[in-house]
Amino acid sequence: MLADKDRIFTNLYGWNSFTLADAKKRGDWDNTAAIIAKGRDWIIEEMKKSGLRGRGGAGFPTGMKWSFMPKPSDKPHYLVINADESEPGTCKDREILRHEPHKLLEGALIAAHAIGAHKAYIYIRGEFFDESSNVWKAIHEARAAGLLGKNAAGSGWDFDVELHRGGGAYICGEESALLESLEGKKGQPRNKPPFPAMAGLYSCPTTVNNVETIATVPTILRRGGEWFAGIGRDAKNTGTKLYCISGHVNAPCNVEEAMGIPMRELIEKHAGGVRGGWDNLLCVIPGGSSTPLLPREICDTVVMDFDSLRAVQSGLGTAGLIVMDKSTDVVYAIARLSYFYMHESCGQCTPCREGTAWMYKIMQRMVTGNATIEEIDMLLDISKQIEGQTICAHGDASAWPIQGLFRHFRPVVEQRIMDYRKQAKAA
Amino acid sequence: MPKLKINNVEIEVAPGTNLLQAAEQMGIEIPRFCYHDKLSVPGNCRMCLVEVKPGPPKPQASCCLAAADGMEVLTDSELVHKARKGVMEFLLINHPLDCPICDQGGECDLQDQAVAYGYDRSRYFEAKRAVKDKELGPVVKTVMTRCIQCTRCVRFASEIAGVDDLGLLNRGEDVEIGTYIEKTMASEMSGNLVDVCPVGALTSAPYEFTARPWELRKVESVDVMDAVGCNIRVDVRGNEVMRILPRLNEAINETWLADKSRLAMDGLKRQRLDRPYVRRDGKLVEASWEDAFAFAADKLKGLQGAQMAALAGDLACAESVYALKKFMNGLGSNMLECRVDGAAIDVSAPASWRFNTTIAGLEQADAVVLVGCNPRTEAPLINARIRKVWYNKRVPVYVIGQKIDLNYPYTYLGAGVDALEKLSIKAERPAMILGTAALQRADASAVLAAVRAKAVVNEGWNGFNYLHTAAGRMGALMLGFTPPQGQFSWQGIKAVWLNNVDTDVVKSIPADAFVIYQGHHGDAGAARADVIFPAATYTEKNATYVNTEGRVQQTRQATSPVGQAKEDWKIIRAFSEVIGKPLSFNTLADLRAAMAKDVPAFGAVDAITPVAWSDFGKAGTLDAKPFGTAVANYYQTCVISRASVTMAQCTEAFVKPLAMAAE
Repeated sequence: MLADKDRIFTNLYGWNSFTLADAKKRGDWDNTAAIIAKGRDWIIEEMKKSGLRGRGGAGFPTGMKWSFMPKPSDKPHYLVINADESEPGTCKDREILRHEPHKLLEGALIAAHAIGAHKAYIYIRGEFFDESSNVWKAIHEARAAGLLGKNAAGSGWDFDVELHRGGGAYICGEESALLESLEGKKGQPRNKPPFPAMAGLYSCPTTVNNVETIATVPTILRRGGEWFAGIGRDAKNTGTKLYCISGHVNAPCNVEEAMGIPMRELIEKHAGGVRGGWDNLLCVIPGGSSTPLLPREICDTVVMDFDSLRAVQSGLGTAGLIVMDKSTDVVYAIARLSYFYMHESCGQCTPCREGTAWMYKIMQRMVTGNATIEEIDMLLDISKQIEGQTICAHGDASAWPIQGLFRHFRPVVEQRIMDYRKQAKAA
Repeated sequence: MPKLKINNVEIEVAPGTNLLQAAEQMGIEIPRFCYHDKLSVPGNCRMCLVEVKPGPPKPQASCCLAAADGMEVLTDSELVHKARKGVMEFLLINHPLDCPICDQGGECDLQDQAVAYGYDRSRYFEAKRAVKDKELGPVVKTVMTRCIQCTRCVRFASEIAGVDDLGLLNRGEDVEIGTYIEKTMASEMSGNLVDVCPVGALTSAPYEFTARPWELRKVESVDVMDAVGCNIRVDVRGNEVMRILPRLNEAINETWLADKSRLAMDGLKRQRLDRPYVRRDGKLVEASWEDAFAFAADKLKGLQGAQMAALAGDLACAESVYALKKFMNGLGSNMLECRVDGAAIDVSAPASWRFNTTIAGLEQADAVVLVGCNPRTEAPLINARIRKVWYNKRVPVYVIGQKIDLNYPYTYLGAGVDALEKLSIKAERPAMILGTAALQRADASAVLAAVRAKAVVNEGWNGFNYLHTAAGRMGALMLGFTPPQGQFSWQGIKAVWLNNVDTDVVKSIPADAFVIYQGHHGDAGAARADVIFPAATYTEKNATYVNTEGRVQQTRQATSPVGQAKEDWKIIRAFSEVIGKPLSFNTLADLRAAMAKDVPAFGAVDAITPVAWSDFGKAGTLDAKPFGTAVANYYQTCVISRASVTMAQCTEAFVKPLAMAAE
């Protein structure tokens, strides 16, 4: 279990105020200039040493991402912070925006310096009204205190942050759709390459990072990359992570824990355990709605980090655990997620536009059992026709929950189909 | 130059080439829906997926992946086939199975590619999507349920046509192409939407349910609705022109065609002069060719050469103009005129009445100045080229003359010549475009001199351009169909031959003059005529037209002339026999050879024969009067478009509302 001294987000539960005065008491903005004075290369090197992987879901090493930014040229560089947290089951960024906005701003200054940006945009989910108010207030406080603006925090680096509220579309959390939306266009993902590091916002070099990633940066650099790398199971899955535990647990919560904590320990220690006891567990979606669910047998032993979860054909994603006990109609649950992905598809790529709707229509019938056994294989085939064929990962995200369902609960669906037929015959 | 392997064959391509183009260079066609050569690349249809190494273990869209050194591309592997079949299945699940009643049938990308990549049966048993049709005006018919959301039309509208009316609305399965607020698409280029649409969602409204592509004979020809000389393909069934489509010519129209050129063709079937007429007792009565010839020969008998004149009109082909000139000269007449739009063109300086920069050359311009010219109505394809230059390079455009609605922003310098005098542009290669309206004035010579003084002309760049509005004018000017000295005058004229003349000049013919009208439509010229020789339209004859650049092009006969109408040059040749002064040529080949001997430029078909840069215009006092407009209504400019129902509908839909708004 993570020691209290190793916690980064010390105000995660809002027990203190988010304002600058309180944030400073917690150590934020403490001699930020000294970190920046160590230089760009040192920052990136230290980030690489820390092994921090992007907290937005894909888990791309942050230090490496920053090192992809080209050398300064006549084009401005931009830092874009993705605060469009919309993945069902995930609410970690929300808490940071609410209670720790100054960690985010300080991290933004350091990250911006590392990538040569003088401007950062925070693209915040439209539904996060209170959160955006807090961030807005924090920005104003920081500007008034000279922490943002010309010679930000006395570092000699000019830097400012703009806050942009999105319209609430899930797809705008995809980095290139986010950039489109930020530019004032319809939020549709772009083709890659070119990647944002080459041509991002307004075709300028851009780094897009998740809120949690950026907010972790100041503490890592203060305590050293090696400290961060020392937490976790192995060199590729390091540091602390915010977990969001929801669903059929006794005390749903957000908690900062070490990477690689066993799932069972996480749920029992922090979320009060599964409703009705661990034996009542049916399955867990480990990393936000797009990751395939894991049945109880796997949950018994699996640990929460990128590579362990991948090894069981799921993923850490955003670390938003959705716990389902045996009262759950798992087919209905996945059908509901399928509806979500249909509704949030931007509609530009053929497979995702047509496929998500088709899958949802079949899933609806699977819920009642009004289908044939062969249609299960057809549904899986359709999901494979979507997966990996689209511009962005939304297609994959829509396919995985369904693939997960049939990987582990196929007999349940088959039984339902046979029951339905029996009933239909009797009637 | 990146070197890569496609299907294990090595190829070297130009930097920036995408994989789809690279494969095309090798003769491998990759299926596609959203990709279009002339539009931006969205990569959203996912049909062009290929396998690429090195790269992620999933197929990549070849349209938006640039060829790079050392790539290994497979366009026909198991993975690729599976992926394309998947995409095709998705496209088809919500596509109606109405091919038998769809106008796109037989030339539909979806149909064709479904043969290669479609499953033989559907696995889709859910409800299909239906989409409400959109009202886009009299040119484009919509059946939006057929739409596959490739967004080609959206990109065409916003990038080429310059009207941001169309968009992809809603999300996911509910996406549809629309205008958001219901309105028609007011663009003179909207017909191209039909061409870019790969399926039957946007089809040609006038062509609706009239023909199938496999019934049509395709004749490659040239358009005469303006002086651009767009390359067209005339599709014919039996002896009827069913539709007109653009033909690729990068130097002129690229792959586009404006609405009048495309859709005025229903005017070819209406108001036609299908037999000779003679005026007896003030009334035009039907006659045979023999009677008409005898009638005309009788009236001309005894007249001196100086008492006869001939005019060549907007649609007169070079062959007929040449024959008429030879014929008139044979009778001793020199009073010939082709400048029937009233523009004071200085015949002695050929460089002053041609588009010297060339249309494709506009792409090298770093500024465009329009003087008394509205390219959007006078030459939509040149306007499209200017828009392209602006769109790609943000080249500044300046306008002197009427405030006009162009589909790109411009700097307005003033209405009249005073703005011309003050004009100073810091550009190395500015293209000045002088419109017909700028020479339809008394001070035309001074205007010419003023524009010439501002034009940049040096080795490798000629920035002086004159934009003609009629297809026949350039050829007639090159053939010297003008009075040898001084101005044309009606003084003492007793007989006049009108070769396709239907402009206002007809009103100035002396009341006692005998008028021979040769043409194909009952319009202003025929109304004034004493004898009518029915002639062939541009789709009914092999004829030469010269575009405003000086490019000599030939139309090809697609149908035979209606009724007793004859090809223009043959009429003149036959009449010369009747009158006893036979012309020397008996075949079209003879005529063309003679014409090329007199004016060598006509020997170089599809090419521009350069002319020397010379002095022209006479500096003088400029009139303060603002420049006028050469083309008031784009949709009705010639006898064919005036006879067209579609063009009348377009006038009703697009021009009248604007005129009403202006009042």
